[in-house]
Amino acid sequence: MADQRRSPQGLDRRRFLGYVLAAPTLVAAAQLGGPAPEASAAIPTLPQPADLFDLNDLLTTAALPSSGLVAVQVHTDGTASFALPRAEVGQGVTTSTAMLIAEELDLPVDRIKVTLADSRPELLFNQLTAASNTTISTYTPIRVAAAVARGRLLAAAAIVLGDTVTNLTSRLGVITGLGGKSVTYGELATRAASTRVEQVSVTLKPRSEFTVIGTSHNRVDALAAVTGRKVFAMDLKIPDALPTMVCRPPTINGTVRSVLNAETVRRMPGITDVITISTGVAVRGRTFGQCVDAVRALRVDWGKGTVEGASDASVLRELKAAQLPLVVPPLPLLAKTLDAEFTFAFRSNSALETNCAIADVRRDRAEIWGSLKSPIVAQQAIAAKIGLPQSAVRVHVTEGGGSFGRKLFFDAALEAAEISRKLGKPVKLMWHRTDDFRQGRTHPMCTSRIRATYAAGNVLTFEQRHTSVSTDFGHGLGEIITGLAAKLPVGDLTFSETVFTLTQTMPYNFGVTTQLLNEVERGFNTGSMRNIYSPDVCCARELFVDQLAKNMGKDPYRFRQEFLRDHRARAVLVKVAKVGNWGRAMPAGTAQGIAIHTEYKGFAAALVEIDCRPATVNRRIPSARTGPRVTKVVFAVDAGLAVNPRGLQAQMMGGISDGIALALTSSLHLKDGYFLEGSWDNYFYTRQWNVPKDLEIIVMPPTTGQPGGAGEFGVAASYAAVACAYTRATGSLPTTFPVNHDDPLGFDPLPTVPPIPQSPTNGLGNAF
Amino acid sequence: MPEHTFILNGEQVTVDVEDDVRLLWVLRDILGVTGPKYGCGVEVCKACASHINGKVFNPCAVRVGDIKPTDRITTIEGLPGTVGTPLHPMQQAWIDRDVAQCGYCQPGQIMTAVAKVRQAKAQGRKITDADLDEIRNICRCGTYNRIREAIASAAERM
Repeated sequence: MADQRRSPQGLDRRRFLGYVLAAPTLVAAAQLGGPAPEASAAIPTLPQPADLFDLNDLLTTAALPSSGLVAVQVHTDGTASFALPRAEVGQGVTTSTAMLIAEELDLPVDRIKVTLADSRPELLFNQLTAASNTTISTYTPIRVAAAVARGRLLAAAAIVLGDTVTNLTSRLGVITGLGGKSVTYGELATRAASTRVEQVSVTLKPRSEFTVIGTSHNRVDALAAVTGRKVFAMDLKIPDALPTMVCRPPTINGTVRSVLNAETVRRMPGITDVITISTGVAVRGRTFGQCVDAVRALRVDWGKGTVEGASDASVLRELKAAQLPLVVPPLPLLAKTLDAEFTFAFRSNSALETNCAIADVRRDRAEIWGSLKSPIVAQQAIAAKIGLPQSAVRVHVTEGGGSFGRKLFFDAALEAAEISRKLGKPVKLMWHRTDDFRQGRTHPMCTSRIRATYAAGNVLTFEQRHTSVSTDFGHGLGEIITGLAAKLPVGDLTFSETVFTLTQTMPYNFGVTTQLLNEVERGFNTGSMRNIYSPDVCCARELFVDQLAKNMGKDPYRFRQEFLRDHRARAVLVKVAKVGNWGRAMPAGTAQGIAIHTEYKGFAAALVEIDCRPATVNRRIPSARTGPRVTKVVFAVDAGLAVNPRGLQAQMMGGISDGIALALTSSLHLKDGYFLEGSWDNYFYTRQWNVPKDLEIIVMPPTTGQPGGAGEFGVAASYAAVACAYTRATGSLPTTFPVNHDDPLGFDPLPTVPPIPQSPTNGLGNAF
Repeated sequence: MPEHTFILNGEQVTVDVEDDVRLLWVLRDILGVTGPKYGCGVEVCKACASHINGKVFNPCAVRVGDIKPTDRITTIEGLPGTVGTPLHPMQQAWIDRDVAQCGYCQPGQIMTAVAKVRQAKAQGRKITDADLDEIRNICRCGTYNRIREAIASAAERM
């Protein structure tokens, strides 16, 4: 039933069998064949693993066996619906997915309803939202599903219009025959349905005919967001699922030995239940405010935590002791050597929506609601915890209030299920903000040591040794088997090193290059934070490249231009240098910085201008962390093919905001086994007073014609460029990030007992 | 249990709840009005920003006992009602510039932005970069630049 609407057979990559799985094209290989660098970088760097097969390929390949198990449904009201087996947490995948379907189905985007699929264990590795991989892994399967639906509609229309499919054209949900008679998708929906599974052959639209993909669209949930109608987990009204919070230990992962006043607290106003669970003492009541009161009133005898007495200094000592050796000896005669070492503090990937979930556990079944990027392993782990078969647990995925890696795990869902089972009542569990910073997952502290040898204008060797507190990948590839493998004592390091090796590449021709990771210390609650290892590895490398350029008497931009291996990398670098007017005269105390990063099948470059002059650094805004201010950012991104350019720009803007925070202000301070930060006026994420007023984000024209990743791609290059600009503006190379981490603490830490602060009562006085 | 009455989004509501329960939880947990969001509970992140008698405030830091029967509380859900159009110009500007990403902070951002523009107008001046620098609402997705552009464009139609 091939339809003739499409141009004659072009590149055969567009012919697919419904339910046949298109293998990921190894675009990486093709890129290596690009024109040789014309500059003086004569000693090439060999392709690294990630140049040939990266984390996106791993996740896409793992998802392949079940990637066909997705279906687009057309309804009698003329709309289409699709349950996306991924989590929308702000990165825009419900919008981009609606656009993919609109393109192949010839139906307007606003008539396509994309919801989030419940947990579907049969999808195995195809329901994990990670590594900015959603569009990369679903680009073909979703369009095939839409094309299959469109083919059915055309066949049904041929019958209704008494015409042949070849004479039919479809546009915006209406199919018209040669005679001008037409019929709508809604009218055809029932007739086009099939009573048995068929395999059909479809041809996907060539890119030359795209009218939706590649053009900017606003978010499909924009109206719901601005009217307060967008529903997050805690907004759901599940019968009898009352507010619930947990009184948590003073140190990380402390345990409950005994509760001294459970009865008194149970009688507090609005409180219905008090019960001990594995992570603390849960309280349930009519309002969260009364839960806060109850948590603060609880008197608990706490057992030790998993990192008792640990501090920034003690963890740093452990990291330094675990750094893998540099093998290339300094060669004073033959070449010069440059060494550098950087330390990166603990950071929080806490979203504005704290950890939360609803659980309704009954004797024979359970239902869970939450924003979950790995719902299958959540379902399986919860089933195991509450002693029910996997099939008795239903997990609904809600839209998330941000994630930044935090929602890869299901900490709140697991707790909610435990509480609900013990109480025999539904619970609406929410972590307090202080819990989210002090007991929530963090980006682990790490160090990065680099040594390079160089001679006669060329870099001969480049070694980077990255050493980190253990990064928890216990969600695996999204289901229990790989999840457990990633928890085993040897398995966790293997998983971390696999992710590191499949994400870190060397964009420059620096001769013999080795980048290695080692991880130690498993007592912390860690996890991936947006862009995982890349922000710190890239920041260390780009700062090091600036030092190399200086030692070799070269301009940072020119040096990069000469040594970059890939023409696409040079294209984004040249773009930001031109648009950002690199090299313009800058007043003392201000400077430009430029940096490059390659990942997610794409290339990104950032040019940053920063003002470190006293008048700026010391500007006064009430209880605000001002300090150096990034005044301008020019960012260029080549994502192979931007499905939604406006959405891609939004993700870069978010990554830039993260980059500014990582470089200048946001970190967790560890002391006596707990993190001092307890709220947003202690943990200094970027605020309006740190924002660059001059921001330009350039989406490069398509290069590979295949969509790359977006969600995390803005962080590394912007973070590195801010660090480089700061170094040039201050004239000194910082070796700890963020640069203010070792300043005197900018706040008075909240006590650890009680674990959360009371809400103020003077709000009316601050109205304006 | 004490009874509290006030005007919520144009309608009088009465609720039985203890005096010191903060208004945010009365709105969300008892009245089911979930536009205002929890982000910190200590009047820092401003995700719960709403209006009382036309001024922006944080219901997480106000006891329901301190609200008078004549007080007009407006949440994001009631903002259009204050101008009698399907969307307030600030909400329309947010859509025009595709500001929201996850959207969790945006109700609070919009309610604060409306008050910020009103504050500048009351002082007989346009909203400035300095005003925008002082907006404390946290956006963890980093939509700040589009927020600034949307406020500037909405200010002309308020």
